[in-house]
Parts: sequence; structure tokens; C-alpha cells
Amino acid sequence: MASEPAAENIGYREIEAVIDPSHDYESVTEKISRISLTPTLPKSLYIVAGISLVLIGLLFTSVFWLVVRGTGIWGLNVPVAWGFAIINFVWWIGIGHAGTLISAILYLFRQEWRTTINRFAEAMTIFAVMCAGLFPLLHIGRPWLFYWLLPYPNVMQMWPQFRSPLMWDVFAVSTYFTVSLLFWFTGLIPDFATLRDRAKSKIARIGYGMASMGWRGSARHWQRYEIVYLLLAGLSTPLVISVHSVVSLDFAVSSIPGWHTTIFPPYFVAGAIYSGFAMVLTLAIPVRSLFGLKDLITLNHLDNMSKVMLATGLMVLYGYGMEAFFAWYSGNEYERYMMWNRMTGPYWWGYWALILCNGVIPQLLWLKKVRISPIPLLIISIIINIGMWLERFEIVVTSLHRDFLPSSWDMYIPTFWDWSIYIGTLGFFFFLMVLFIKFLPIISQFEVRELLHKKKHGHH
Amino acid sequence: MKLDDVRKELTGKSGRRFWKSLEELSNRDGFRDMLNKEAPRLAAEWDPVNRRDFLRLMGASLALGGLTACTRQPREKIIPYVQPPEEIVPGKPLFFATSMPFDGYGIGLLAESHMGRPTKVEGNPEHPASLGSTDALIQASILNMYDPDRAQSVRYLGRISTWANFTADVDSQMGVQAGKEGAGLRIVTGPVTSPTLQAQLDELLQTYPKAAWIQYGPVTRDNVYAGAELAFGKRVEPVYDFSRADVILSLDADFIGWGPGRIRYSRDFTARRKASENVKLNRLYAVESHVTTTGASADHRLPLTYTEIGTFARALAHELGVQAPVGAVSGHDEWLKALAGDLKHAGAGALVIAGDQQPPEVHAIAHAINVALGSVGATVRLVDPVIANAPDQTASLGQLAADLEAGAVDALIMIGVNPVYDAPGDLSFEKWITNVPFTAQVSLSEDETTPFVKWHIPLTHYLEMWSDTRAYDGTVSTVQPLIAPLYDGKSPHEVVAALAGSPDATGYDLVQNHWKRVLGDGFDTAWSRAVHDGFFKDSALEPVSVSLTWNGEADAVAETEGDLDLTIVPDPCIWDGLFSNNGWMQELPKPITTLTWDNVLLLSIRTAGRLGLDTGHVAEVNVDGRAVRIPVLLAPGIADGAGVITLGYGRTAAGRVGNGVGVSARPLRSVASPWHAKARIGRTRNKHVLAMTQDHHTMQGRNHLRVGTAEQFDHDPDFVAHMEHFTYDQSKSIYPRHDYSKSPQWGMVIDLSACTGCNACVIACQSENNIPVVGKKEVLNGREMHWIRIDRYFEGTAADAQVHHQPMTCVQCENAPCEAVCPVAATVHSHDGINQMVYNRCVGTRYCSNNCPYKVRRFNFFKFADHDTPSYKLQRNPDVTVRSRGVMEKCTYCVQRISFARIRARRENREIRDGEVVTACQQACPSRAISFGDILDPNSEVSKKRAGKLNYGVLTELGTAPRTTFLARITNPNPALQSESDLTESHHHGV
Repeated sequence: MASEPAAENIGYREIEAVIDPSHDYESVTEKISRISLTPTLPKSLYIVAGISLVLIGLLFTSVFWLVVRGTGIWGLNVPVAWGFAIINFVWWIGIGHAGTLISAILYLFRQEWRTTINRFAEAMTIFAVMCAGLFPLLHIGRPWLFYWLLPYPNVMQMWPQFRSPLMWDVFAVSTYFTVSLLFWFTGLIPDFATLRDRAKSKIARIGYGMASMGWRGSARHWQRYEIVYLLLAGLSTPLVISVHSVVSLDFAVSSIPGWHTTIFPPYFVAGAIYSGFAMVLTLAIPVRSLFGLKDLITLNHLDNMSKVMLATGLMVLYGYGMEAFFAWYSGNEYERYMMWNRMTGPYWWGYWALILCNGVIPQLLWLKKVRISPIPLLIISIIINIGMWLERFEIVVTSLHRDFLPSSWDMYIPTFWDWSIYIGTLGFFFFLMVLFIKFLPIISQFEVRELLHKKKHGHH
Repeated sequence: MKLDDVRKELTGKSGRRFWKSLEELSNRDGFRDMLNKEAPRLAAEWDPVNRRDFLRLMGASLALGGLTACTRQPREKIIPYVQPPEEIVPGKPLFFATSMPFDGYGIGLLAESHMGRPTKVEGNPEHPASLGSTDALIQASILNMYDPDRAQSVRYLGRISTWANFTADVDSQMGVQAGKEGAGLRIVTGPVTSPTLQAQLDELLQTYPKAAWIQYGPVTRDNVYAGAELAFGKRVEPVYDFSRADVILSLDADFIGWGPGRIRYSRDFTARRKASENVKLNRLYAVESHVTTTGASADHRLPLTYTEIGTFARALAHELGVQAPVGAVSGHDEWLKALAGDLKHAGAGALVIAGDQQPPEVHAIAHAINVALGSVGATVRLVDPVIANAPDQTASLGQLAADLEAGAVDALIMIGVNPVYDAPGDLSFEKWITNVPFTAQVSLSEDETTPFVKWHIPLTHYLEMWSDTRAYDGTVSTVQPLIAPLYDGKSPHEVVAALAGSPDATGYDLVQNHWKRVLGDGFDTAWSRAVHDGFFKDSALEPVSVSLTWNGEADAVAETEGDLDLTIVPDPCIWDGLFSNNGWMQELPKPITTLTWDNVLLLSIRTAGRLGLDTGHVAEVNVDGRAVRIPVLLAPGIADGAGVITLGYGRTAAGRVGNGVGVSARPLRSVASPWHAKARIGRTRNKHVLAMTQDHHTMQGRNHLRVGTAEQFDHDPDFVAHMEHFTYDQSKSIYPRHDYSKSPQWGMVIDLSACTGCNACVIACQSENNIPVVGKKEVLNGREMHWIRIDRYFEGTAADAQVHHQPMTCVQCENAPCEAVCPVAATVHSHDGINQMVYNRCVGTRYCSNNCPYKVRRFNFFKFADHDTPSYKLQRNPDVTVRSRGVMEKCTYCVQRISFARIRARRENREIRDGEVVTACQQACPSRAISFGDILDPNSEVSKKRAGKLNYGVLTELGTAPRTTFLARITNPNPALQSESDLTESHHHGV
């Protein structure tokens, strides 16, 4: 097994490689399967799981209290009737985007480097959307009636109101989640079969056996698999664009200065991919080091992902610039005030921190040296995640807290329960991530083998 | 063995011992017999096999029903109506004319009754003090009746007793008093204008000639009477006619917010301010130390401290050539000269009013000026005092205190007063009352005074009793009960009758007997007519003829030193403490400051700077060694050197709502000077969080509130339209428009020239629409629930601020942003143009609130509605849903009233008439600033107003097409006082 070359020896060739050339089919399979089939985990993951469990406890406590008392436990008011719940919803949904982009769009574009990270990113998508999906449920005043948002035949003879972007959200997010889940699961089937065949314990054999749905690896299976996978990739691709566009319409369709902006759909999609890649990096860098996967998730991957971040980061920065420009250029006093208030009002720190996190610091990614240095990259990716959260905070809170009539202006101050639910979902997310690492192949084995095959036989 | 024995056996036992003894008990002889007798149904359960079950049942019922009970409930029969009472149709409210005595003076009302429960009060359109309007205080009085903390039974030394025990004790006491002509008897009441009560007490005093009847309330008219006496040598009561007043000067007189005629005065005053109605505009000059609703309505406002106002009055008198004490030069020459010129020019159309809190001298100066200008007989009527015997209330309370201290009192009966809480700070009733052998207090709730008296009798609320009262102009008004007393209450008439030896006389008989004596043969028709109308027609007091006898001299006032010229005034929301336990009023944002749930020391920014204080700091205010610690609030428009504290706070026995809220101003008042003091101010390290509902004071140069001068309006009648930045083209909406072509299409117009910001609409709406109270913490969180709010904006500098009000509620957009974004269609449009809110369908996404540009939607973040307090449930309007947690709510244009009118019109096979639907806010509004009706009917009041040049919609550039529009505020400043810059600036912008 090859280890990562010493830093000073990094040459262009090593970075170029998307998989260490010394690997063969067996070594790849062995290496990835072993993570799932070894009964223990690295100590550090137990710590992560432990902390995550505590945070899940906090999440459940908070949700319980929320249902018992009402949304008043948060810092919401009139005019700021949306707060952390919506911020976190948008943030989590955004994070999910990288997974779909990597697995679907990069697949269609035949980007080979996606192979070792797509499984991982897709899992992240599923978990992030699960976290995101909690918030719209919890944020409504009467969560037990959430199903009224679904179009189902009922004795009230009531349909949902299809003009509402929240309604579109329901469809967009549920479709997105369903397709992502199917896509992920389909991709897992051949690997489940591999694990089934290699597992030593009976429970694991039965479990993986059921999950593999009778996969025997016959040519017919492969042929059908390839068609389904391609179709799902085709289906997922528009979702990458549509989901966050729809989410952005929650704001863009409204009348509030700072929300009522035509630039939002592309700007939100770029932001989503930006934050998604940042999250993939945040997760991948520690994992590749913990499990010695530096030969599979190579510096080349880090480099590529950094480039995507840089590109989407610039789009987002352009969005910020245009927001400010149009606020001024429109000549509309409300728009102008909104922008001025964002920059200099009571939440000025949020705006400037966001510019720093999302606009200034990521410019370091122009330097190749930074793009291939895991630790600085990890730090930058975390900063971008914070920045993207702040962006949603600024959009949601500063637009609402001072809108048209100054008599209603007020402040939004998050409470303990605002934070606890947010942090609780982080725990939920990381716990699911640990489970995923423990039980499922975190890298698509057969795709890596396929990649090896192509590399060795020059089929590309 | 009897049930009582069982109870006795079990008293004082609890927990395990209780169970054990119950078990022991059940084995004793006689238990079975008792059981058969007392609870035959339970006896059937008495089976040795089921003994445990039985014990459980019996134990629970004993514990609940017997051991912890307080009063034995009277036996009542519940039967359905065989013959339903006349006129009661379930679901249909009835209205009865009555009057509310407020600080003694009556205000005519129509009380709404649903199935025997009064739920709301409205003004009596025929009554001269109301003309159909009310104010916030009157609107809130209904909740006082349902106050869960009202006294519920007669108590002797804190223990439950009976009216019979009380009257027996009274009889023996009165027997003693009879022997010494009542020398030790003192009866304290609030200010009395009731002819019946006055006659009863006069009669009593004839029997006990040496007894004394003291009238006292914390808000007195002493200075009014004393000022009249100084000016005319006779105690008279001034009654103003604002409809004839062209130029008005208020010397610290908040005639819109304070005083017996305030509602009528608001109406007459604002009728002359409606520029849209082609009236001759009046002009108001206000000199005051803090901004009142009157000052906010003024064309010119001069902030001066309490004493400076006196100096100013003297200077004005000299300017007008009226005899008055020589005063220092006021230093506002330009203002003074312009004012004097204007007053002179107005002649008999001038009106000078002195505030009730100003010293007699200022009242005398006001009278002298009015006489000199010829206004007496025109804008001012002088009538005999309306309060019985025109007492000097504070001085007589001081005399009572002296008698108490001297031990000269051996029977003290207090009816509707609470001197331990509200007597001036230099009187210590709590020390002296306990020395009196016989003390009784009759009051609505057990208050601060109650622990010091022997007997406490629950007083009836005015909606529970028969009585009569006089209005500001002397009109005799009837008070009739809407409901039997909720508790064992007695009316003042019944209490006084008990003192006179008729403990069983009912209020009904007492009041009728009085009027039988007065009216003689004509009683039957006159009385039924009066009860029906709510008052005796043409019973207003006739003007008396007096002449000015004042030579312009006044006693020199001893000048004391202090940091601050402190004024103590009644609170605009909770008054003198009457509404302390009233959640509506505690949470009502005070006019101008929008403060809730607190009282403060109001200071100007400059004064606070001098004293090193800021908003939220707690200051120590010291008057003659008596000090209170009170938070400071800086506000624009307050005179430098002035401090203002309102009454009514710092209650310790108000009840669950009012206890511990705010700070009592009592220690700062004295018998010699209840309204004013020179105070020393100290700083403390403490801070206090104040809950205001509006934190931003300026309009940010926006055009939501449009203001112009009369001159500007004459010059450019389209100036309001010119303030529009952008006109929205409705055809550009991607959604098809609703069909608004069928009548009726409801709309509202609010005239900003008439709105005084008095808050009547806010409480009327709260009362009509079952709006919950959320508490100080939730107000701080920005979650107050008022469907209509008074937006307040300041214009100009902090020292010389002009205040503008804008009532804001759901404007019922024709193209409503809230509707398009609700995912469950919980807010939809009705065929008659109302943006409806379907509470049951709402899941609480709050998207509608976010998307509402007016931010008039209110969300139940918690379960704000009180579902637990039984008495509050009785107040609720049965036509309006009580909202639970997690749903949005907002103004509905009182859709229940619209439905009521529509149903009636359909049944009568006709269209709804203009004026048939009156919204709660519109009905309460004393200045008739709100019009409501069908905008498709060209002859409706609302259509005519909408067609006027002053009409504009707020935020129409967003395409919302609001149904509620505003008429721009037109002020009528004196051209001599208007600077160039004002003219040009207001021409271009709103405020």
C-alpha cells in the first residue's frame, strides 16, 4: 500500500493522479471493505460518535420543549418571524448540493476524479437533507399539522395553495431527497454484494445480503445497473439546479427588500455548491487521513474540489456585489436602506464577517500550494461553512428586521433553544456520518476498480 | 354521625394519616347511616369487597368538596327557559344604556350583552359626554368587572363573614354614634356626582350632624374649583365648547386625555381639524412639560416646566392686558407675541384652558383671559360644580388624617377608596386606621388598605349596580346593571342605606325612590325614558352668572430648591391605579412613549445629561426626604428641567396582573402640593429594562405618513399626490385580480388630522376581538398582539419635536402579499374585499407576516389566550374565535359585525346601508377619525373621503392596493411662527 509522498516531493505527477497507480483490484477492494468489516473504529470516531450522541440528546430535548411550549421559545417576533430554523434549513440544503453535483453532473461529464469521493458526498447529501427537512417541520406553529402542506384528498376538500413558494419547497425538497436516496442506494448495490461476499459474521452477511438485493454481478445485472444509474444521474442533474432555486424563491417571491431579488436563484445555487464542497472537504480531509485513504482521495481531489470552491465562491461574491449594486442602482429607498443597514446597521458584524469568510479568505485558493495542503484547506473549508451560514443569517434576519415601516422595526436575538436545535442537528449529521463510515463502503469499490481498469488499459 | 363530623374528624389531617383515618372512620358505627343520608348514591358503592374503590371516591370528594372549600354556594336551580325573557335571542346581543362613573363624572355608554353577560361597552350616541365614543380607559373598564382578583365575599378581620353580620355591627356602631351626633363618624367616598348618593349622604349627615363626609380621589379637580374661586369668588366648573373655539391655548391642559369632558372635547376639537371636510380649521397652542395627546395634536407646542408654565401664563396675561401677578419674562417672546395676537384676533372664539394639575393661580389667569377676550358665554360656560359640595378633596383628606391621628374618629367607613395606597405621601393612613375601633372598606378588590380595616365589603362594579351620576356638563345619567353582582357586592347606595339603618334596601329601590321624590307624578314616564336613553334630557347645568373679582394677586408660592421641576400626573393607561390589575391597560403602549408595563421618570435628553442619567437607569427621586427609585426614560418634547412621573403603579395588592409593576409616585405627593414638587435626583447603580413597542422614532424620510400645512394645502391641493414616488400598474400582476365589481366592497379611511393617538381604538379592538395579553417579557420579545397599533413618529429636533400618529392595522390589500405565500390557503380573499384569516386552517409558517409590508399580522408564539381563568371567559365576545397557539391573527375589519349586518339586511331583503357596519375601532374613536363602508357606493362616507385630495394609500408602490387609506395630516400653524425652512421641507417629503 502506498503512502502519501512527503510534502517536498510532491510533483505535478502525483497531484495529477486520481488514484495511486500502485493499486490493483484486490488492494482497492480489500482496503475499502476492511473499514466496514472491521468491528472497531479509530478512537477518534468513537469520540465523535459520543459527542454527537450527546448533541442528539440535546436535539430531542429541544424538539420536545418546542412542541410542548411553542415556537416562542425561539427569538422570533414580528417583524422577524423567521430565524434560525429557516437559516439552518437553507444552510443544510445547500450543503447537500455538492453530493448531487459530484455524483450526477460530474458523472455525466465523465469526470473520473469523482469516483473516490462521490459515495461519501452522496451520503453527506442524504444526511444534510435529513437535517434540513427537520426545520420546516419544526418551525411551523402547529407542527402536528404539517401534512396539510401535502396535496392529499381530504374531507376538508382543501388543496394546498400552489402559489406559495413553501409549497414548491415541499415538492422540491421531497423529490430531491427521494432521488438522492435512490441514486445513493443504487450505487451501493454492487458494493453491498462485495461486502456480503467478504463478510465473516453471519449478521453482516445477512444484512449486506438483503441490501444487495440479489446482486450476482452478471452481465445483465451490470447492463441494467448502468442504465438505471445513468437515468438517475440524468434525473438528479436538474435537481441540483432546481432545489436551491426553489428554496431561493421563498425569498425572491416575497415583497421584502433584501429578499425580492431576481439574482437569487443562480446565486443560491452557486452558494449551495460552494458550501457543499466546503463540507465535503471538511469531512474528507480528516477521513482520508484517519483511514489511510490518501492514495484514493488524493491531493488531486483536493485540488479539484478547491477549484470548484474558488469558482463558485467567485460567483457568490459576484452575487454580493450585484446585490449592493442593484440596491443602489434601483434608486429604491427601501432597497438602498436595506443594503446600508446590512453594512452599517446593528448586524454589521455579520455582513462583514460573511464577506471575510466567503469573499476574502477563499481567495487563498488561487494558490496551488494552498489547494494541495490539507490542513489549510480544512481550515478554509470550515470558514466557508461558517460564512455560508452567516450569509443566510444576513438574508433572513437583516431583511426582515427593518423593512418598510420603521414603527415595526425590531431586533432578533437567538435564544438558547435556537442554538440547541442547530447544534443538535450537527450532532445528528455527524452521528449518521459515523454510522455510514462504520457500516457502508465509503468509497465506491467497483467504480474505483473500473477506474483502475480504464487507467491500466488506457480506455479514456 | 353527620357529614360535618366527618369533616371535623378529618380536618388537619393529610396524606397517609388522612387515608388511615378515613379507613378507621369507615369502620365506626353510624358511618353507614350517615352515608345513606348524605350520599345515597355512594352508599350503593359501599361494599366490603369494593371498599378500596369506595374510599378512593369518598376521599377525593371530601378533599375536593369539603375540606378545602371556602364559601357555601347558594342553592340555585338550573332550568331551561319555559318562557324565554323578552328580547333575548341566543346569539344576538342586546344593548343597554348605562353610564360609567369615572372620577365621579358620568360618561354615557351602551353596554353590549350576550345572553346576560356584558362583553363590551360602547359610547351612547345621545349622551353629551360621549356622543357615541369612548376612550381606552372606558373600553377597558369591562375587564375590571371580570377581574379574577375582585373581592368575593364579606370579610371580617380577613375571615369570611356575612352582610348580616356586618349590618348588625354597623347598627350597634351607629347606635353609639347617635348618642354623640356622629362626632366620631367619618365616611370617605370617591368624588360623588350621583344625586341619589348625595341625597342619601346629606340625609345621613342630618341624622349625625357632627359626622363628616370626605370625598377623595387621587385625581382631583381641587385646583379647578380653587382657581374659579380665586377668579370669581365662587366655586364654578368651566365647561368648554370646542366647536366654537378658533384659537385654543392649553396651559398644561391635556383636555384630550384627562378630565370629565375629554371624550366630548376630543370630538368637538377634532371636528374642527378635518381639512377634508371644508371646516374652518382651529389652531391649538399647547404649553406643557411633557408630550400629551393634546400636545401632539397642537399646531404649536412649547415645552416648559410646571413652574415655567405659570410664569408664561403671567407673561401672557400682561401681554393681553389682563391683571395678573407680575412674573418674570418667559423668554419666548416671539411665540408669546404671536399667540397673544392670535388670541386677540379670535376674540370670543378664543379659549384658554388651564390643566387640572396647574395651581389655582393659572386657572384664575385662564379665566381672566377668557373673560377679557369675551370667550365666557361663547367657548366657555361656567356652571355650578358638578361634584357634590365642590370639596377641596385633598385638604379634606388631610383633615381626616389629622382627626385620625388625634383619635377623634371611632367609626370610619371608606367606600371605593384606597388611601393607604393613594393618599399623598405626607399622610400615613396605615399607621392611623388601625387605631379606629370600627373600620370598614367597601371596594372592588382587597387592596392596600384592606389589611388595616376590620370589615371589607365587596363593591359592585358599575355594570352590576343601579345608580345615577352627572356628566361633565351636569347631565344626569343613569347607571343600570347589566348583570347581577358576580360576587356578594354592594353598591355605595346600599352601603350608605345600611348606615342609615336600612340594610336590606336594594340599589334599585334607593335610586328609584330618590327620583320618585324628585320627579313626583312625572316619575314613571320620565324615569323609564331616562333609563332607556341613559340620561335625563336637558339636565345639563345652566350657566351661572359670575363676574371676575380677581385683582390679579396671588399668594406667593414658597420656592424650594431642587434638581427637577417634577410633575405627577395620572397615567394615560392605568390612570390612578384603577386599571392596575387590568392586563389590557398594562400592555397598552402609552401614547408618545409606547411604554408598557412600567412607569418612569420622563426626562428630556439635556436634563438627563445634566443629571448623568440615561434610559433604563434607575434614579432616586427625593421630595422633602421622601424618596422613590424609578427608572428613567428619555423622550423628545420634554421641557428641560422638567420631570414627569405617572400615578397608578407600584401596587402591592392590585392582584395577579398589577402587583409589583412600576413604582408608586405616592411618596412624592403632599397634601399641599399633590401634583408638583421640586425634586432632588440621585443616581443608583441599578438598571431596569423598559418594554416599549416602538423603538424607532423617525420616518427615515419615507412617505407613509404625509403631513402638510393648511397654507400648503390651499396653495397646492395636490401636494399629497406629489409625495408619491411611483405608481404601480395593477395590470402587471401575474395573478389574475379578484373581482371587486360587486357591492359591497369594504374600505376604511383614517383621517390623520383627526387622530390624536389616544388609544381608544386599540382597546376597543382588544375587547371586541378577544385579543390576548402577552406580558412584559413577550412585549420585550416583540410579540405584542394588538391588531391595531398607533405608530408614532417624531419630526424636528429632540427639544422641539412634533409628534405624528398613524393608526396602523391590516389595510386589507386588494392584492395581498400574504395570501400568495400561505402554503395552506389559510389567508384568502373574500368576495367583499376582505383579507380573511382562517385560524383553523393556519399551520403557522409565519410567511404571511414576513411578506406583509405593513407588519400588521400577529402570531401566537405561545398559548397567549387565557383559557384557564373562568371570569375572563365571560368577557369574551362569542362572535370571535379565541385563537390558540401556533396560529396567525390580524384585523378582520370586524368581520363578525359585517356578517351580523349582512344577515339582517338579507332577512329584510335589502342592501346593507351606509353606516350600518361600524368597526370596533371606528365606534370607539372619540375624534371620528375612522370611516368605514362600501367603497363602490359613491354616496358612502368612505367613498367621499377616498375621493378627496388628501387621500393616499401607504406603500401603494408595492402594488398591494390597500383598502384602508389615510387622509394626510393638515396642521394649521400660525404663519407668523412658521419658518421658511419648514415650508420648503414639508413640501417635498412626508415626515
